Amino acid sequence: MIMGSNAAEHHPIAFKWVLRAKDRGAVVMHIDPKFSRTSARCDFHVPLRSGTDIAFMGGMINYILENKKYFKQYVLDYTNAAFIVGRRFDFKDGLFSGYNPEKGTYDKSAWDFEHDAGGTPLKDATLTHERCVFQLLKKHYSRYSLPQVSDITGVSKEDLLKVYKAYTVTGRPDQAGTIMYALGWTQHSVGVQNIRSGAIVQLLLGNIGVAGGGINALRGEPNVQGSTDHCILYHILPGYHPMPTANLATLEAYLKANTPVSADPTSANWWQHRPKYMVSLLKGWFGDNATKENGFGYSWLPKADTGGDYSYIFLFDRMFKNQIKGGFIFGTNPAMSVPNTNKVRSAMDNLDWLVVGELHHTETSDNWHRPGVDPRKIKTEVFLLPSCQRAEKAGSISNSGRWQLWHYKAVEPMGDSKSMGDTYVAIFNRVRNLYKKEGGAFPEPIVNLDFPEIYDALNVARRINGVFTADTTIGDRTYKKGDQVPSFTVLKDDGSTVSLNWLYCGGFTEEDGFKAMRRDLSQTPMQQKIGLFPNFAWCWPVNRRILYNRASVDKNGAPWAPEKAVIKWNGSAWEGDVPDGGWPPDASGKGRYAFIMTKEGHAQLFGPGRAEGPFPEHYEPAETPVASHPFSKQMHNPCMKLAKSEADLLAANADPRFPIVLTTYSMTEHWCGGGETRNTPVLLEAEPQLYVEMSPQLAREKGISNGDKVLLESIRGAVEAVAMVTVRIRPFMVQGKTVHLVGMPFCFGWTTPGCGDATNRLTPSVGDPNTTIPEFKASLVNIRKITTAKELA
Amino acid sequence: MSKKAFFIDTTRCTACRGCQVACKEWKGLPVEKTFQRGTHQNPPDISATTFKLVRFTEHLVDGEVKWYYLPDQCRHCVDPPCKAIADATGIRGAIVVDPDTGAIIYTSRSKKLTKEQFEKIRDSCPYDIPRRDEEAGLMVKCDMCIDRVKNNLLPMCVKTCPTGAMNFGDEKEMKRLAAKRLNRLRAKRPRAKLTDPYDVNVIYLLEDDEEMYSTFAKW
Repeated sequence: MIMGSNAAEHHPIAFKWVLRAKDRGAVVMHIDPKFSRTSARCDFHVPLRSGTDIAFMGGMINYILENKKYFKQYVLDYTNAAFIVGRRFDFKDGLFSGYNPEKGTYDKSAWDFEHDAGGTPLKDATLTHERCVFQLLKKHYSRYSLPQVSDITGVSKEDLLKVYKAYTVTGRPDQAGTIMYALGWTQHSVGVQNIRSGAIVQLLLGNIGVAGGGINALRGEPNVQGSTDHCILYHILPGYHPMPTANLATLEAYLKANTPVSADPTSANWWQHRPKYMVSLLKGWFGDNATKENGFGYSWLPKADTGGDYSYIFLFDRMFKNQIKGGFIFGTNPAMSVPNTNKVRSAMDNLDWLVVGELHHTETSDNWHRPGVDPRKIKTEVFLLPSCQRAEKAGSISNSGRWQLWHYKAVEPMGDSKSMGDTYVAIFNRVRNLYKKEGGAFPEPIVNLDFPEIYDALNVARRINGVFTADTTIGDRTYKKGDQVPSFTVLKDDGSTVSLNWLYCGGFTEEDGFKAMRRDLSQTPMQQKIGLFPNFAWCWPVNRRILYNRASVDKNGAPWAPEKAVIKWNGSAWEGDVPDGGWPPDASGKGRYAFIMTKEGHAQLFGPGRAEGPFPEHYEPAETPVASHPFSKQMHNPCMKLAKSEADLLAANADPRFPIVLTTYSMTEHWCGGGETRNTPVLLEAEPQLYVEMSPQLAREKGISNGDKVLLESIRGAVEAVAMVTVRIRPFMVQGKTVHLVGMPFCFGWTTPGCGDATNRLTPSVGDPNTTIPEFKASLVNIRKITTAKELA
Repeated sequence: MSKKAFFIDTTRCTACRGCQVACKEWKGLPVEKTFQRGTHQNPPDISATTFKLVRFTEHLVDGEVKWYYLPDQCRHCVDPPCKAIADATGIRGAIVVDPDTGAIIYTSRSKKLTKEQFEKIRDSCPYDIPRRDEEAGLMVKCDMCIDRVKNNLLPMCVKTCPTGAMNFGDEKEMKRLAAKRLNRLRAKRPRAKLTDPYDVNVIYLLEDDEEMYSTFAKW
């Protein structure tokens, strides 16, 4: 099931494997607002009104429970279905208990499990207790009936059943189904809960940890997997450690707040090891300057305000409010790719200085002379540093399957262009020398860093794996100071080890060298059956190719699907993939629960950690064409993030001025904001100008013909585009009325003359409460034909 | 070197246009100034600077959307009508058959053909492939990447295809592959067919009638 993804267009290489699965009899279905190049290669396509994925998936959860399609033993053994939720938990008219309407946040302790005296969650293996997760799940999703789901999603009952029936056959132990998603699920004010709904379906059907299963977040060339692992985002440090906050002043306080403790000895509770990983990270950053006495330099780390949001919606909001003087923008083009772009562009006018690292001039580097502004009145001093292209440098990329792959430099960088690593290391060393010479306020974080003189990608990779800081003996082997650490299991919290990312520890060792360079296709017959290549590149953690694979076997270690086993117990050892925890099978009494990364060791049907509730609930997008929905009176995500300024307007629910749903997306031919690909002539030739895809029915209503120039207007901005009238877009029947949807790419900008300009001038600064990812996929616009165009030539 | 053929399985094509782009880049062909005209198909047609073009057509059939892609190019006919017409002008060697591979090649001698003679040649092609570089007076089209093939490399469009839609090899092997894929597809798509498999060395597998893909998809 491909939902919230246009896999064929955006992951063309990965899609090869989807086609291979189809050759072998897999049913491939595509659920998406528009019929795309992905739909064309699927068995069938089901159009869905953008922003109603949880209603659609909630209907599927209801179908699974009502028709007993779930894999009962798996649900019992490996999920928290049997856990008993405390008495404070409640759900009324779209809100869970614990909601604070002033703050727009929840007190999550209202959703705690009930524990025994020792602190272990109480369970009911019969799944009949009225407060057990299974019964609460049933009650919650019984509200998602077929007629109601159909009425709000715009998907016919027949089409709903077609998907539900085809997909839920994978609840059989010997069958598997996978869900492939991407930005079509994440870029909503309920993005995280869209994915949670997929996780619940997969757990009920026993599709996690098995071959051919999983929730497959498709990551692509922007290296989302690698950049998340290594923390390009503000809320984590490398290896998924939470960002230190101002209320946690010492390492001790930080570790206490972020290291879970489980009272249940059968739960591996892997994050109990966080102190070893965090200290090894600090030691990697500050080297010899990091000592036990100074908390390994923790006090030198910047601290976020508690509850502070530093994602780009709020970064540009602060810039708009004159709270930011200058900064560095590398490899991103926010004047194109951040919502409410008119606001973003004028926010950048408030900067005194700006450094941009890019291959080409972009709408960001050239913002100061954009159409409609007088460059003499813009004060910003802009420095454009030439970046080299991917093929001009070596480095690693991590794919959707967490494989770290090394790529080699193909050609020398053009002219004076440099890799980002070379640029940063050179600038930072200059700054550091100034601090060393002249001092300054709080110089320690800068002068105390263990920092290289020059950038060497391979050396960074070594340090990401980690080294010993003292001679160390493990078993019968003695490692010298400076030797590579063999595995994260030997990392210590005493400063004797360094690792810039514990997850990647084991990928670059004394024994086997740098495994990201491996291209060996050898495998065992068992591995061959499921297409597993353990010697090709390397996969975190510990080269385990399928996470949670202990859930693919029963209590005795026998695979649920023997013909495509991921692991199996041969009586004395595991065979196949690297097991997710090497303990013997559970029946031995020496096993551990299968989901080792959760505190309780069980996969979370009931997920108490998310901002807006333990179960996904349907809420309309921040801008919606409807005035009500069937599930509650709570129209929008009660915790969604909103930027608040005079530039942040939202259309009313069912606003008659903006009756049409807009969804935005990328395309194969252009990359992200288009800064690179619009400067590649042969790609611009293939996709030269901004278009808006619309149904023939809407075109008739508006008197628009294919190829006409049109104006799109939202409450925030207006954008010119060429009309692409196509049967691939269909009107939706929602609550008895026709709702139209249009779709536009966001890659065309004014620095390429005549191609159009930022689609994101239309979209709102609204974010998911867990991640603040913007709601690019559903907003409201109107559309009309124009006779003369300024942005299109 | 034995006779070569392409097998193009349109049911695996995702219209990524890697082939179209790679062709242009390998041959150093200039780009055309294009415009969005309400379709993804761009450039609009095969031209003197575009030898490989992915054509897009869409249909609503019994409420079901059909979006078809045809990575169009010269078919390297077994008995090419263009060559017959060119030979009939008396100018020998303007169009030749490479004896090793069976590739149909337009040579520099095609400069000697007049514009009128070229028009006749173009009219003779069932697939509307031949074009004339007006500046140089030269006839141009896909040459099977003869430079690459003679050096045991795949044609650029095949090399770049991520899905297995574009295939190239010995004629017999390609015909076997085509028959196998057709056989498998027929179970789901009864109208599936191979286009002109006995007359050309670029065989397409289609899931629907040729007219649904292009005006010039069939001999």
